[in-house]
Formats: sequence, structure tokens, C-alpha cells
Amino acid sequence: MNGPHDMGGMHNMGSIPIEEHEPVFHSEWEAKVFAISFATFANYFPVDETRQASELMPPGQYLSSRYYERWLYALELLMTKHNLVTQAEIEDRIAQMAQTDP
Amino acid sequence: MSSHDPQPHADIALRVKAIESLLIEKGIVDPAALDAIIDAYEHKIGPHNGARIVAKAWVDPEFKQRLLMDGTSAIAELGLTGFSSEHMVVVENTPTVHNLIVCTLCSCYPWAILGLPPTWYKSFAYRSRAVIDPRGVLQEFGLEMPKSVEVRVWDSNADLRYLVLPERPQHTEGMTEDALAALVTRNAMIGTAQVSPPTFSNELADAEVAQ
Repeated sequence: MNGPHDMGGMHNMGSIPIEEHEPVFHSEWEAKVFAISFATFANYFPVDETRQASELMPPGQYLSSRYYERWLYALELLMTKHNLVTQAEIEDRIAQMAQTDP
Repeated sequence: MSSHDPQPHADIALRVKAIESLLIEKGIVDPAALDAIIDAYEHKIGPHNGARIVAKAWVDPEFKQRLLMDGTSAIAELGLTGFSSEHMVVVENTPTVHNLIVCTLCSCYPWAILGLPPTWYKSFAYRSRAVIDPRGVLQEFGLEMPKSVEVRVWDSNADLRYLVLPERPQHTEGMTEDALAALVTRNAMIGTAQVSPPTFSNELADAEVAQ
């Protein structure tokens, strides 16, 4: 698929962010997105579908997102596509949790 | 990566918590399994696996030959085959060839052998530039490649992952396989670094030069 993910040879992406002694995950949410994705793509959809889903992210969003945000995008897309959860359930739960756990 | 910051971390963290709680409630994921996955990639799977492969290749010429001929099978001999490293090609650095690995499309990387990739490997800057300006990229990592050295860039994909077999540094004669493995860094196995000789040998070498 032709999209922003096909980055080989693009110009102007800046300098390479080299981080000494980098942790495997930079925050708990990154670790959770990774683990949930790993657990679901082992059991509910193949990893290739996850990759393809992240390539469906609109270009503007793709280019301004963090790495694990793109994973989260793919995860949500596939969870809803495979009827594991609905978008409404996710939004309701967020609203609920925002109230109890501000 | 980008100067934009579209979603505050707190919003994403909440979103992920909400999804996690729904999936647990529905029995789709098991919280203990999530913890085990995180623990495995934080503490168990990492570049020390790749370093074992490199050190063995340095001390065992027959293994090295098998590794370069058929990386997948040779790595399986060491029991290091795993998720995202099912098909492996190992490329050897020599005095005249330097190899560099990238995944321009995403972040394909031999997880079972090197762990999860560092941020720079996943960055747009590295993905875009490694294939068009590899020498410039290496300079950013502090590696100045002489013109006489050919730089080969390997673009990984979903089905095929690469590992660089770095050059064995000087002053390592007689070192054990374990001691050699301890010298091998993650970046050296991606091609953005070379393996440095052990520090005590550096001092020895300096002393020799001084004499």
C-alpha cells in the first residue's frame, strides 16, 4: 500500500533521536498497548493484520503520532472490526473512568 | 519523531486503561498474561541473546559459516528462535564491508534476538534516511566510514529480519565466549556501532604505543 509509512528516501525528517540507556517502555501505557496487542494478535487476529491496520492511519495523523499511538490506533481498529469491543463501549468507559479517576 | 504533540499522555493513558479494563472484563485478555509479556520484554528478551550468537560465531568458525549460510537454522541450534525472528539473515562486517539494518516501512526487527527496537530505530528520521544517506546516519552515531568501506543497507520486512555480525575487536585473543558476548552491543548488531575492544586491552594497547 502506498502511504506515509513507506518512508525510505523521504527528506526533512530531522535528526535521529538517540537516547542513551533507553528503557524498553517509556510509560505504563506504552507497555500496556504493547502487551494487549501482543496478547490479541496471538489469539484473535494475525500480526500481519495489525501491521496493515497501522498503515491505514490517515497520513496527517500518522506523521504526528508517537510509535505506540500508531499501535493503539491499529489495536482499536482491529478490536472493533473483530467485534471484541465497540467504539461506544470504549468511549463510555473512558467517560466513566474520567469521572472516578480524574 | 515529530514536534507535534497531538494527544497529551494523560488522555492516551486513560484511553488505554479503559480498553484494558473492557478486555479484562470480557475475558479477552488475562491481566497476568499482560504482566508476563511486559516482564519478558523488559527483563528476559534482549540484545544479550544476539550477543551470544555473535560470540559463538567469533570462536567457532564452523558455526559462523552455518550462520552466514542459513541464519535461521544456525540460530535455532542455540534455541534462540522466537516471535518476530522466524526467518533470519545474518550479514557479516569485514574490513571492507559495513552492514546497516533498517525497516523503512515500520519497525521490523528481530525481537527474539535483540528485544524490542530502540526509539531511534523506529523514528521517521532513521527510517527515511538510512537508505538514502547511510554514511550520514552512521556519522550521527559517531561512526565515520572511510570511502574504501562499502556500506550495505538491508531493509527488513514482516517476514525477514536481519542481524549484523560485527567484526571481532582486537586484543580479544583467548577471551571466553561469555566475555566476548559481554562486549557486543545492540547497536553493533544493527550496524550503527562497532564492537570496542575490552577496556583493559585498550590500556595495554596504549601502553604499547607509548613505549
